[in-house]
Amino acid sequence: MMADTAEPLLRIAGVKMRFGGVVALGGVSFDVGHRQIRGLIGPNGSGKTTLFNCISGIYRFVEGDILFEGRSLANVPRHGMANVGLGRTFQNVALFKPLSVRDNILVGAHHLAHSGFIANALRLPAVRREAQAAEERLNDLMTLLDLHAVADTPAGALPFGTQKRVEMARALIGQPKLLLLDEPAAGLNHSEVDELAELILQVRDHFSLSVLLVEHHMSLVMRVSDKVVALEFGLKIADGTPDEVRAEPEVIRAYLGDTHQGHG
Amino acid sequence: MRTSWLIAIFVLLAAAVPTLLFSGYHLFQMTMVVVYGIAILGLAILTGINGQISLGHGAFYAIGAYTTAILMSSWDVPYWATLPVSAAVCATVGFLVGLPALRLGGLYLALTTFALAVAIPQILKHKLFEDWTGGVQGLVIDKPEAPFGLPLSADQWLYLFTLAVGVFLYALAVNLTQGRIGRAMRAVRDHPVAAEAMGINLAMLKTRTFAVSAMYTGVAGSLGAIAVAFVAPDSFSVFLSITFFVGLVAGGAASIGGTIVGGVFIEFVPNLADLVSKAAPGAVYGVILIAMMFLMPQGAGGFIASLWRRAGRPGR
Repeated sequence: MMADTAEPLLRIAGVKMRFGGVVALGGVSFDVGHRQIRGLIGPNGSGKTTLFNCISGIYRFVEGDILFEGRSLANVPRHGMANVGLGRTFQNVALFKPLSVRDNILVGAHHLAHSGFIANALRLPAVRREAQAAEERLNDLMTLLDLHAVADTPAGALPFGTQKRVEMARALIGQPKLLLLDEPAAGLNHSEVDELAELILQVRDHFSLSVLLVEHHMSLVMRVSDKVVALEFGLKIADGTPDEVRAEPEVIRAYLGDTHQGHG
Repeated sequence: MRTSWLIAIFVLLAAAVPTLLFSGYHLFQMTMVVVYGIAILGLAILTGINGQISLGHGAFYAIGAYTTAILMSSWDVPYWATLPVSAAVCATVGFLVGLPALRLGGLYLALTTFALAVAIPQILKHKLFEDWTGGVQGLVIDKPEAPFGLPLSADQWLYLFTLAVGVFLYALAVNLTQGRIGRAMRAVRDHPVAAEAMGINLAMLKTRTFAVSAMYTGVAGSLGAIAVAFVAPDSFSVFLSITFFVGLVAGGAASIGGTIVGGVFIEFVPNLADLVSKAAPGAVYGVILIAMMFLMPQGAGGFIASLWRRAGRPGR
């Protein structure tokens, strides 16, 4: 019990990543605690997205390690990440456009079931049980995210803000322990960003999960994060509470600068 | 609920009407509609639902047909018992073809499968296999008679047998493509990166889908061989693969029901074209195909689905 609380959910330990001669990450370390909302900020090219892709297995880092509940993610295949407990959304929304909202979300539950081709073709009782369990979680999530009205609409036909909610539902139905959000505020208007902030907090409380929030939108990060880490040129330049990071001269110089007065 | 009743009535009509009203060549044509429907269904699972383009499914059809013919002529296996063997052989070959397909996307995969279709007639003619395949001459097999003293002609029995196998295969395909696996297939087609992040093992899913697809088209080949009672290498030219692809598109690529329309299309439209113009049936065929694509850009399956939606929600 003690060990559980002492060990962070996710530990980034000296991760290095190079593309040819370019150092994208020069040994970044930080933790994401249980039930913590962790903001990850940095200007363009600072390595945020590279780090995000290292965590989700899109890139394989060359040095250091990423530990999830003490277990290294270095050799977990990409399709194994969901099963480990990582859910994610994508920067520009990556839904299955022709599929209905319902089907999109249900794909997120794929890794929770185990029935194969033959069991499905014969529609064995186990398949029906799995489908029913997924349906129940689907209904809860569609209620939480207000998606019932569009359940049968092809996802590609929905407005961008709704698509983001569908993507969130798809990530959540897989019962992740850590939710990776890749610039969720991109393309949203002011009131939608406010709703998103509420939603992130609500989701954390409702599902008791941790969130790693990679985001350009400063006020969103500062408003919802418990702790924030800032990167520049692949190196960590600040790590602490939103207020500490905001006060850090390096951060002000590198990133906040002129946008600082816009917050509030 | 109304859908399942409609399907039951459709199957009963499909069994009764041709058996009672048609005979000889027309009944044979109906048998071939079912055969082609199953073949296109195999292609629809792979290309329409999973997004792996194949221009070479005639090869699997040929392998299925030859498996049945060889088993019947060399080992005296009863015609019905050749189907599971053919299914296993074609699924295995499909799985193996699916492995390199993992590294080839879109048009490159289409060309690779096309190469398979080009190669198959020549492989079937090759001296090495001549003892089994009968070389250029092909193999003649016996037409099955109705069993248990049923008062049916050979053609009637053949139609009902083919239809029964078809209904069974379509039911399995509907189950497979509507559940968890079918959703995964479509997810991989629409956004592989996101599908993988949702825990779908792309390599496993795509190779197995390839196996299922080849199995369907292969069993169709077996049924076709039994119906024609003859196989020869030149019946399985590249053109057969293209014909299946035409049937797939005409039916609506991702529609299970549309594959039946696809089967009707490739069985009857060439005859129809022949009736219109003896001199240039190919041109008439082309015109019909273009007209169909203009009127129903989503294929017959998409067209019917949109009619269905409109009927279900008046005023929209």
